[in-house]
Amino acid sequence: MAEVSARANASTETGAAHSDRDGATGESQLPILRFLTCGSVDDGKSTLIGRLLFDCQLIHEDTLESLSVESRNFGTTGDELDLALLVDGLQAEREQGITIDVAYRYFSTPRRKFIVADTPGHEQYTRNMATGASRCDLAIILVDARKGVVTQTRRHSCIAHLLGIEHVVVAINKMDLVGFDAKRFAEIEKDYLEFAGALGIPHVTTIPMSALQGDNISQRSDQTAWYDGPTLLEKLETVDVSTAAASAPLRMPVQWICRPDLDFRGYAGTITSGSVKTGDHVVALPSARGSSVSRIVTADGDLDSATAGDAVMLTLVDEIDISRGDVVCAANDRSEVADQFAADVVWMSERPLLKGRPYLLRLGQQSTVCQISELKHKINVETLEHVASRQLELNEIGLCNLSVTKPIVFDHYEDSRESGGFILIDRLTNETVGAGMIRFSLRRAHNVHWQAVDIHKDVRSTLKHQRACCLWFTGLSGSGKSTVANLLEKRLYSQGRHTYLLDGDNVRHGLNRDLGFTDADRVENIRRVTEVARLMVDAGLITLVSFISPFRAERRFARERFEGGEFLELYVDTPIEICETRDPKGLYAKARTGDIKNFTGISSPYEPPEYPEVTLHGGSRSPEALVDDVIEYLVSNRIIDEV
Amino acid sequence: MEKNRHLKDLEAESIHILREVAGQFERPVLMYSIGKDSSVLLHLTLKAFHPAKPPFPLLHVDTTWKFREMIAFRDETARRHGLDLIVHINEDGIAEGVGPFTHGSALHTDIMKTQGLRQALERHKFDAAIGGARRDEEKSRAKERVFSHRTVDHRWDPKKQRPELWQIYNGRLSPGETMRVFPLSNWTELDIWEYIQVEQIPIVPLYFSAERPIIERDGMLMMVDDDRAPLEPGETPKSMRVRFRTLGCYPLTGAIESPADTIEDIVNEIKAARTSERQGRVIDRDQSGSMEKKKEEGYF
Repeated sequence: MAEVSARANASTETGAAHSDRDGATGESQLPILRFLTCGSVDDGKSTLIGRLLFDCQLIHEDTLESLSVESRNFGTTGDELDLALLVDGLQAEREQGITIDVAYRYFSTPRRKFIVADTPGHEQYTRNMATGASRCDLAIILVDARKGVVTQTRRHSCIAHLLGIEHVVVAINKMDLVGFDAKRFAEIEKDYLEFAGALGIPHVTTIPMSALQGDNISQRSDQTAWYDGPTLLEKLETVDVSTAAASAPLRMPVQWICRPDLDFRGYAGTITSGSVKTGDHVVALPSARGSSVSRIVTADGDLDSATAGDAVMLTLVDEIDISRGDVVCAANDRSEVADQFAADVVWMSERPLLKGRPYLLRLGQQSTVCQISELKHKINVETLEHVASRQLELNEIGLCNLSVTKPIVFDHYEDSRESGGFILIDRLTNETVGAGMIRFSLRRAHNVHWQAVDIHKDVRSTLKHQRACCLWFTGLSGSGKSTVANLLEKRLYSQGRHTYLLDGDNVRHGLNRDLGFTDADRVENIRRVTEVARLMVDAGLITLVSFISPFRAERRFARERFEGGEFLELYVDTPIEICETRDPKGLYAKARTGDIKNFTGISSPYEPPEYPEVTLHGGSRSPEALVDDVIEYLVSNRIIDEV
Repeated sequence: MEKNRHLKDLEAESIHILREVAGQFERPVLMYSIGKDSSVLLHLTLKAFHPAKPPFPLLHVDTTWKFREMIAFRDETARRHGLDLIVHINEDGIAEGVGPFTHGSALHTDIMKTQGLRQALERHKFDAAIGGARRDEEKSRAKERVFSHRTVDHRWDPKKQRPELWQIYNGRLSPGETMRVFPLSNWTELDIWEYIQVEQIPIVPLYFSAERPIIERDGMLMMVDDDRAPLEPGETPKSMRVRFRTLGCYPLTGAIESPADTIEDIVNEIKAARTSERQGRVIDRDQSGSMEKKKEEGYF
C-alpha cells in the first residue's frame, strides 16, 4: 500500500475511530456544525477534507485499499495516497479531475459532529456554492500561500457573506511551499482582513497550514512556532455558532394539518426561530387570526415548551382556519406580510432571468406566482460594484424588486434565513432556477391599496347586456388573427355589443414604442398589453387582443391576471407554410434572409397553447366561418345572449 | 435515556422532510426494505405524524430471496402498528425463474428489485417514494439530493437534479415524473445505531450475533437460509457465530464474524470498525463507480 505522510494522531494508532466519543447519550450538547469549504481549482480543498476525514480516522480499510489503487490510476501525488480522491464522488468528475457539484461529508470527534458541504471552486459554479452555503454556519476559504488573495477568494467570501455566513476560516494552505514563512502569512492575512472588513464579515480566523502534510489541521505544526492560534480542527470543534435564532420572536410555518379524528386538530411544523410554551398568544399569518397554544404535541409526549429547530405539532385553544403555508407567529412580534419586496437573487439557470416573466416563488411552505418588477443592479462579486443590467445570467447575482400575486409572510433574511430565503421555480420545467434573500418590503405595497369603488365591472357589464371578457388571439404572423379579430368585432358591433380591439402591431406604435424584440422586451410587451386589457375588461368591454404571444408562460401570466372564466385563449392554428405564403407584410421573406432577427416560427420558437378555449383552423376555414365558431362559443358560454 | 443533541437535530430534520412529502405530493409511498435504516425511517415516520397514522402506505419490493426472518419481521411490524403494507413481487421475473444463483447478482437485482420497483410505482401511480439511503454509504451518494428527481422512465439524470437551499424542497413534477425522497440523507451508520439504541427501535434479529449455517463463497460468508442454495459436491454449511451489517437477498449478503449480540456491542463494534458497511454487498463489488451506474438505471 502507498505510504501516507500522516502525523497520525492517537486515534489513528489505536484504530478506534470513535473511542473517545461520548456516544448517543453523552454530554456532548453542541449542535451539529455545518460548514462549507471553498477554494479555487488547485487550492487543495479536496485534499483538506480528505485530510480531516483521515486524521479523524473515518477512512475504512477497504476504502484505503481501493484508494491506493485509484491513487495510482488517477492520483496527482505520485506514490503517496491522494487524499483528494476520497471526496471526489462521481466517476465522470474523477476522470476529469474537477468537482462539479455539492458533495456532503460527515465526520465526528469526541466533541462534535460535522457536516461538510464541499463546493467546487470553478468560476461558473456560484450556484453550487450558494446552495452549500445556505445551510452552513461557517465557511472555510482556501488560499494558496503562493498566490495569496485572488479573485476567487473575493468571490467566495462575497457569496458566503450574502448567504448569511458569519464565521469565516481562511485556510492559508500549501505553507510548505513557501517555507512556512511567517511574513508571507501576515501579508495574506492583512489582504484578506481588508476585504472582509469591507464586506462586513464579523468573525474571521486565519490559519497557516499544509493539508497535504497535515500541518495545523488536527495536529499543531512544529513548522509554525510563530503561530499561536488554533488548529483547524480545534476551531471547528469550539466555534460558537448559536445565533440569535432562539431568542428571536416565534415563527413556525405550518407544513401539515393533523386531523386523526374530529376532536384533534394539530398544526405540524418546525420552529424556525424563537420558542413557544403552552398558553402563549399566537397569530396565524397572513389571516392574522389569534389564539393561544393549548398543547405542544410530540410522539414522546406533550412538551411544556419548544425552541428553534424542534419539529413539533401545536394545538390551539380556538378553532381558527389555518392551512399549509400559514405561519404561526408570536402575537406581539409578527412577520411582515407584503406583496412587493426587494431581494438579492442568485440566478441558477442557463436561461436568463427576465424582468416581467412569471416564476413560481417558494418561501418555506408558501407558494405563489411572482415576477421581477425591477432589476435594480447586478453585483460584481469581485469588486462589490453595482452594475446596471436588464437581465441576470447563470451564476449572476442582482438586487431585484419582486411582486407576488398574493401577499406572503416573511422576515428579512438577515434576521432569519428560514423565513427570508426563497427559491424561484420555472413553471414549465419545474426546475429551481434561482434563490433569493429578502432585504426589505417595499412600502408602496403597504400604502397603495385598491380603491374600492361602487360602480364596478359587473354593474357596467350588466348595463351593456354582456359579460366582460378578454378574447386573446394567439398564433403565428400571417395566421389570420387580426383578420378574424377585426371581422368578429364588426359582427359584435352590429349586434350592439361594446367592444375594443387591441392589436399587437398598433400597440407597438404607441404604448410599447420603447420596446424591441428581445426576450426581455417581449415579456414586458405582453405584460403591458395584459394590464391594458384588464382595465378594458374592468370597464365592462368585450376586449379582443390580437397578439402573436409565442410563449406559454406569458400567456399563462396574462390568464392569471383575470378572474376565472374571463380570459379566453383563441388559438389561430394555421400551418406555417400557409402563413409564409400569405406573408402580408413581407416579414417571412426578411426573416429568411436574416434581415429580421428573433422572428417567431423561423428564428424564435412558437409554443402552441395546450388547452385553448377555442382552436380556429385558419388553414382550412374561411375567416367568416371562424367568426361563426367564436360567436357560437360566446353564446354557449353565456358571454353574450343569443341574437 | 436522553438523546444527544446531534441526534435530536437529525431527528427534527428528518421529520421536517417527511412532513414536506405529506404536504407536497398526491400519492407518496414509504419504501420499506426491512433493514435497520428502514426501521429508523419507519420510527421517524410514526413520530412525524403522531397522533395520526402515516398518511401513506409502506411498499416492500420482495425479490423472494430475502432472509425468512426479514419477512416475518416485516409482517409483524406492519401488524403491530396497523400499517397499510403493499408487497410487490415482479411476477414476470418469477415466471422466468429469475434468481441470484441462476442469473447472477446483477441480473437478479435488476429484474427483481429495480424493475420490480418501477412496476410497483407505475401500478399504484405513486409520485414520491421515500427511501432510507444515506449520503455516507457510498461516494456517488454524497451528492444525492434529499428530493431526488426521476425522469418519466425512472432514470436519475445528474443534470436534472435541483439545487436545494435552506430547508426548501422543490417537489414539483411533470406528468409521469417521480421523486425519490431521502429523509436520512445526513445520517451516518453510527448515527443510525446510536438512534436505534436510545429509541429502543426493534430490528431484525439477524443484526445480532448467533450461530448460523454458513458456507464461504468467493471470500463472502453466505448464510444458507433455505434449500434453494445449491451446494457444491462435498460442501456442507458449518455453524459460525456471525451477524449482518446490512440485509438484502440472502445469497448476496455477506455475514461478518462477530460476537456482538446486543445493541451496545454493535455500537462499540461500529466505532472501532475498519471496514465500511457496503463491503458485505456483492452488488457494489463489480467495479469502482458501479453504484453511480446503477442509480442512473433506476436502482434505488
